[in-house]
Amino acid sequence: MLAADGTPLKASLGRALRRQKIRALALIAPLLLFVLLTFVVPIVSMLFRSVENQIVSGTLPGTVVALESWDAESGNIPSEDVFQNLFFDMFNAAEAKEHTKLGTRLNYENTGLASMFRTSGRSLDDVGEVFQDAIEDVDDQFEDGAFWFAMMNGAGGEDLLRERRERWVDLTGDDMRGDVGFVPSAEIVELLPTTAAAYTDWAIWTVIEDEEVVAEEDPWEAVYAALVVDLENPATGTAIAAYEGEGAQALQAIAAAEMPKADFTAAFADLDEDWVKTDVWTTIEVYSSAYTTGYFLNSVDRELTPDGVDLRPDNERLYIKLFGRTMWMSMIITLSCIILGYPVAWLLANLPMKSANVLMILVLLPFWTSLLVRTSAWKVLLQQQGVINELLVWLGFVDDANRLILMNNSTGTIIAMTHILLPFMILPLYSVMKTINPTYLRAAKSLGATNVTAFRRVYFPQSVPGIGAGSILVFILAIGYYITPEIVGGTDGVFISNRIAYHISRSLNWGLAAALGTILLVLVLALYWVYDQIVGIDNVKLG
Amino acid sequence: MADTQRDDAFVEFERVQKSYDGEILVVKDLNLALPKGEFLTMLGPSGSGKTTCLMMLAGFETATHGDIRLNGESINNIPPHKRGIGMVFQNYALFPHMTIAENLSFPLEVRKISKSDREAKVKRALDMVEMGDFGGRRPAQLSGGQQQRVALARALVFEPELVLMDEPLGALDKQLREKMQFEITDLAHNLGITTVYVTHDQTEALTMSDRVAVFDDGRIQQLAPPDELYEQPQNSFVAQFIGENNTLVGVVTKIKGDTCEVKLDSGEIIDAKPVNVGAVGDRTTVSIRPERVEIDPELGPDAHTLSAEVLEFIYMGDTFRTRLRVAGNSDFIVKTRNRADQRRYARGDTVKIGWLPQDCRALDA
Ligand SMILES: Nc1ncnc2c1ncn2[C@@H]1O[C@H](COP(=O)(O)OP(=O)(O)OP(=O)(O)O)[C@@H](O)[C@H]1O
Ligand SMILES: [Mg+2]
Repeated sequence: MLAADGTPLKASLGRALRRQKIRALALIAPLLLFVLLTFVVPIVSMLFRSVENQIVSGTLPGTVVALESWDAESGNIPSEDVFQNLFFDMFNAAEAKEHTKLGTRLNYENTGLASMFRTSGRSLDDVGEVFQDAIEDVDDQFEDGAFWFAMMNGAGGEDLLRERRERWVDLTGDDMRGDVGFVPSAEIVELLPTTAAAYTDWAIWTVIEDEEVVAEEDPWEAVYAALVVDLENPATGTAIAAYEGEGAQALQAIAAAEMPKADFTAAFADLDEDWVKTDVWTTIEVYSSAYTTGYFLNSVDRELTPDGVDLRPDNERLYIKLFGRTMWMSMIITLSCIILGYPVAWLLANLPMKSANVLMILVLLPFWTSLLVRTSAWKVLLQQQGVINELLVWLGFVDDANRLILMNNSTGTIIAMTHILLPFMILPLYSVMKTINPTYLRAAKSLGATNVTAFRRVYFPQSVPGIGAGSILVFILAIGYYITPEIVGGTDGVFISNRIAYHISRSLNWGLAAALGTILLVLVLALYWVYDQIVGIDNVKLG
Repeated sequence: MADTQRDDAFVEFERVQKSYDGEILVVKDLNLALPKGEFLTMLGPSGSGKTTCLMMLAGFETATHGDIRLNGESINNIPPHKRGIGMVFQNYALFPHMTIAENLSFPLEVRKISKSDREAKVKRALDMVEMGDFGGRRPAQLSGGQQQRVALARALVFEPELVLMDEPLGALDKQLREKMQFEITDLAHNLGITTVYVTHDQTEALTMSDRVAVFDDGRIQQLAPPDELYEQPQNSFVAQFIGENNTLVGVVTKIKGDTCEVKLDSGEIIDAKPVNVGAVGDRTTVSIRPERVEIDPELGPDAHTLSAEVLEFIYMGDTFRTRLRVAGNSDFIVKTRNRADQRRYARGDTVKIGWLPQDCRALDA
């Protein structure tokens, strides 16, 4: 088919429509952008959080690299090199007070790590002080910040400065910008690499965070430890002998003197003997990559081990059951809402205006009271000494000794949530039923259908879109509910959202909360898809 | 009024009254009998109770008083789905979630007719209204006229003996309406169905019906075949409602056999045929059809004539339409055929008008 100008009709129609669409889009663009930002950004950030795991590599960057050569299978603890890196990483982290966060994070995977990190971080100064005292005993110039500065400062070490600054950024999350007033000299970096790195770390921290001047301050203990580490390298001894730069004499004196042995493995074993156990290191290694499936595995009761994915121990399995319960109970609640809501919506749509208005107010009334009030009211009703039980006992339906347990279990959750979500079923149903012309029923009857057939074949099918809309609304709301289950659900009646809320506000395990939330989102989308396949989404109508 | 107690009556209303609210009677004393095969139209202004009567017959409203009989049996207590009455609704009421074929098959399914029979009947019914190719479509995919035909087919597919139609053509444009009017009457007569048809369009009523029941104020004002209704209206409401009509009001001064003398309020005296007047001295409205009035008449010596002033002279092609002021009525219309020798009047001309006494009907005031 061709249009008047000879172009294909389809193409020219498409062009005409496109222009309209673009104009329409431009009109709503600001709002759309706003919605996108406020709606999509939190979701994306949640998705990101559920896999993000930069805390290990950010807090212990050197350790993580050194640990790569360690073989967890061997059964040995990692080498001294790893412990040495751990010392310097932890020292910085302890200064920035970031080590406890890492401890908390690793504690999700291996209980006990939180306190281990906390106590160890506190004592690292003592470990370094041994070396500081030994060095200062040999030459007291090392007590002087200006001397250190003169020795370390120079030119050519810009790369090192940049690299160490980035580490601080990763560790603290601050931008760490500003002039340090110090550049490691290339000669020293070559001669004393560990010391140069430790000194640069200190310099950056001192200037940017403490706002002091490098030349006027004594370096921290880790720098002295680093010097000892450097001097233990036999190659360094010969290089120092040939060194002629600033502080050459003092360095040579130190090199010649007897220094305490730099044995960080022993030092950490001293701090906490768990440091020399393989399972701690296994945990660190498993979670050392920047992204992890750990939270998701945790969400489905699995855990990551060096051998791959495994089920968690029986007593730690929780989430699959909770997901299942959430789904199942939400379905029951949705079904109850359909059963209770359908007749009410029908009445609303078919009563004379006046009575329908009164009924509508009754339906909407719950919206005017706080959710907490409503739920608490259910508590009063459902208790074993509550209104319902009292009534049943008084009427003789229930024995006084066997009062019904209607609360602190799933029954309580179902009853209270059905009540609370009922309006969300009634309103879409009502608005759909309102559009069903009563003459359809008359027509059906005039064609010979009984009341039941007329309802089943003519009225009900036309109200299905309302049921669909209501069900989706109620189900999705139910799946994410947590206040009501929290109050009347007890332990048997809580939902997955209660766990999510717990992880967000109590355990502060946001990664796990995000993973649980993501799974919930995926489940809802999956159900939505299933619904679309079975009923068809165009069959959903809000009026 | 027509006889209400016919022995061969197929549908019969007897002294039926209906009130919705217990205060106002919307149907007051309805008596109506129609024989099998008749096409009866209920015609009347909006709110006159036509739909109500239809709904009572279909069983969706119950009569407050009186008896409705179908085939001699009282149906007051038979539920709608057992009455076997086909019905075409004003808005068609085709089920939107079913295809056309499913819509037609519905009444057959509830009657438990076998699948093959159903298909045959549906096809026949669709072909009958020339909609055979549309069985797979949904009602929303049809035009108004097509929906109308489907509604008709659905009302007929289960072969009811009585079909009720409530303004089925109200939503259609004029041309389509005229075509459908013809098709409906044709179908009804060919199938021998008794039809009760509701409309407030008088042309529709006159062209389609065997008999027309003119409703007003909850009563049948006149029940008669179309020609009788037009030419011999029984009261001034019918005279006014059906076709164009000129009225003059006055007092009866003399009644002699089938003529009477009326003294108009303006003082003139005219002859009329007493149809619905009581005694001498009663007030009356006389009614004359515009085409029965002659201007400058050549009537007998005893005929009364009136003088009139021309207010407007309109050329209508086949006719001329002259608006006159007659005896104080400035809306007096006269229609004359467009003959070669017809004089064309101008505004302000004074003329004489007259008519045969039998064309001038003296009705109730
Ligand atoms: N369900 C009802 N409840 C109360 N009053 C009603 C109801 N249906 C109709 N009426 C009243 O009954 C009277 C007759 O209504 P009906 O529908 O029979 O009129 P109709 O002749 O069909 O008019 P139309 O040509 O406008 O369709 C009207 O005054 C109307 O207001
Ligand atoms: Mg009506």
